[in-house]
Amino acid sequence: VTAASSTRRRAGRRRGRAGVSSKGEGRFALLLLAPAAVVVFGVVLYPVARTLVVSLYDVDSPMAGSYPFVGLGNYTRVFQDSAFYPVLGHTVYFTLVSTFLELALGIAVALLLNAPLRVRWLWRSIVVLPWALPTIVNGALWRWIYNGQYGALNGVLSSLGISHGQHQWLGSPFLALNMVILADVWKNTSIVAFFILAGLQTISSDLYEAARIDGAGAWRAFWRVTLPLLAPSIAVVLILRTIEAFKVFDIIYVMTGGGPASGTQTIAFYTYLQAFSDQLFGYGAALAYLIVLAVFALAMTYLRLLRQGRLAGVE
Amino acid sequence: VAIHAAAVVMALVVLAPFAWLVISSVSPSTELLARHPHWIPDAPTLQRYRQIFSGKGGGSDVAANFRLAVGNSAVVATATTLISLAVGTVGGYAFARLRFRFRRTTLFAFLAIYMLPPIALVIPLYLALANLGLLDTKTGLIVTYCSIVTPFCLWTMSNYYLSMPPDLEEAARVDGCTRLGALVRVILPLAKPGLLTTAMFGFLLAWDEFLYSLIFTSTTNAKTIPVAIAEFTGKYSSDFGLVAAGGVLASLPPLLLALLFQRYIVGGLTSGAVKG
Repeated sequence: VTAASSTRRRAGRRRGRAGVSSKGEGRFALLLLAPAAVVVFGVVLYPVARTLVVSLYDVDSPMAGSYPFVGLGNYTRVFQDSAFYPVLGHTVYFTLVSTFLELALGIAVALLLNAPLRVRWLWRSIVVLPWALPTIVNGALWRWIYNGQYGALNGVLSSLGISHGQHQWLGSPFLALNMVILADVWKNTSIVAFFILAGLQTISSDLYEAARIDGAGAWRAFWRVTLPLLAPSIAVVLILRTIEAFKVFDIIYVMTGGGPASGTQTIAFYTYLQAFSDQLFGYGAALAYLIVLAVFALAMTYLRLLRQGRLAGVE
Repeated sequence: VAIHAAAVVMALVVLAPFAWLVISSVSPSTELLARHPHWIPDAPTLQRYRQIFSGKGGGSDVAANFRLAVGNSAVVATATTLISLAVGTVGGYAFARLRFRFRRTTLFAFLAIYMLPPIALVIPLYLALANLGLLDTKTGLIVTYCSIVTPFCLWTMSNYYLSMPPDLEEAARVDGCTRLGALVRVILPLAKPGLLTTAMFGFLLAWDEFLYSLIFTSTTNAKTIPVAIAEFTGKYSSDFGLVAAGGVLASLPPLLLALLFQRYIVGGLTSGAVKG
């Protein structure tokens, strides 16, 4: 048996050199992927399974012991929870508004960076900065800028003679949500612009030339040439930013702690509170899995687009 | 002229908050808490930076704890990047160049892990780390972070290999190299730009992580700088000076890396998806 299999292996290797064998390649792939699999699945497999189990029990301790099995009870409870709907509303609002603004501003900034500017590297270096700023530092900084008594925003408004009041920017629920979105947009427009810029650079200048000869102005060329060709990049950005925005937690934690009056609580933050403040671990786990489902639905859309080759420019 | 004017406006919007962060970090508290903000401090001071670098640390010395937290972040992010890059570089090659069963399924599984919200894993991971005695240790954080950064490295490196011409390794193998030999001696040296860009993105990802560190660490033994800053911001919401100084230190490593690799970012984004 050993002799036979070693002959086969040798044959496989020989065929592998010719680039036809998939058996030898399979073994080599396993060898190459094993370290990554250990590092990733060795860590996450247990927690992924554990959270799923906990979500099926009525657990008020992180140690699931002899707690009553409730099946999908925790999941149905989510939709009967009157506190959940406002939280879902904030999350959807945050996601839609921040993603839209980041995309619109990101396209504008990318067009600017792609234009014949002098010292191009300087402008690009400036635009990259907010992206690299740690999220928590960004949140702390904007919280300080928005401060009602000493904040720079009121200071600027006063210096410009627009308003001399001490506005509490994070003082009322809906205003606070919008101000958090603004801080998020300031930071993340940066990476969106680079995504779009990467897409812009794949567009051949001949196309603009052709549009110009056809008598199209800059505005028309943008809508007819640039935007359609940017569609793949825009799709990628939209989905990746939507996933990130849907999971938003860090900036809420540092800027508002979910307040005032729960007005800035997002799903991830609400889940955190259920588990860590109210010790409702089963319920928290069910909420967490609903986020997972939503994120995966978005991710699958993304991967399907990638696979269909519609995003050829980005692949 | 018009586009340069627009660029200047854009630069102002981007740079003003950074300027305010730096100015706040060197303004004395009396000026920070003035009725109207002093845009240029009358009496700038490096007192807070001195505190951060000379304090003994541990206990209640917040300033010195910032220094220790930056140190922890540096160790954790560097180790995470090195490990993830090593396993991701090797594994990414399999996705790019080899045909095997369940190739697509495996790739999706890795990507799915990358997209999981940390809140879904944090409690069981906490219990597991507690059992292993790894709570409040840098090792515990590194192990956890590698599970996020590795899928990312796999994905971007795989895309980078795809952008390289396949004749290279074929030529190497005709010359008698084994597959592994071709990867190590021919492909990796040529993939240097991809490796560096992936390393930078991975480092930033690890440096920015917040929730796991918030839950898993409790002392200066392992607490990272985002957690140290968030804690202090919550406790003393009106003394921003020290937070600003800590924020400047926390931002310098990622900002310098991003500036250094700025010209690779566009290429990196063209060849792979990146956390936005």
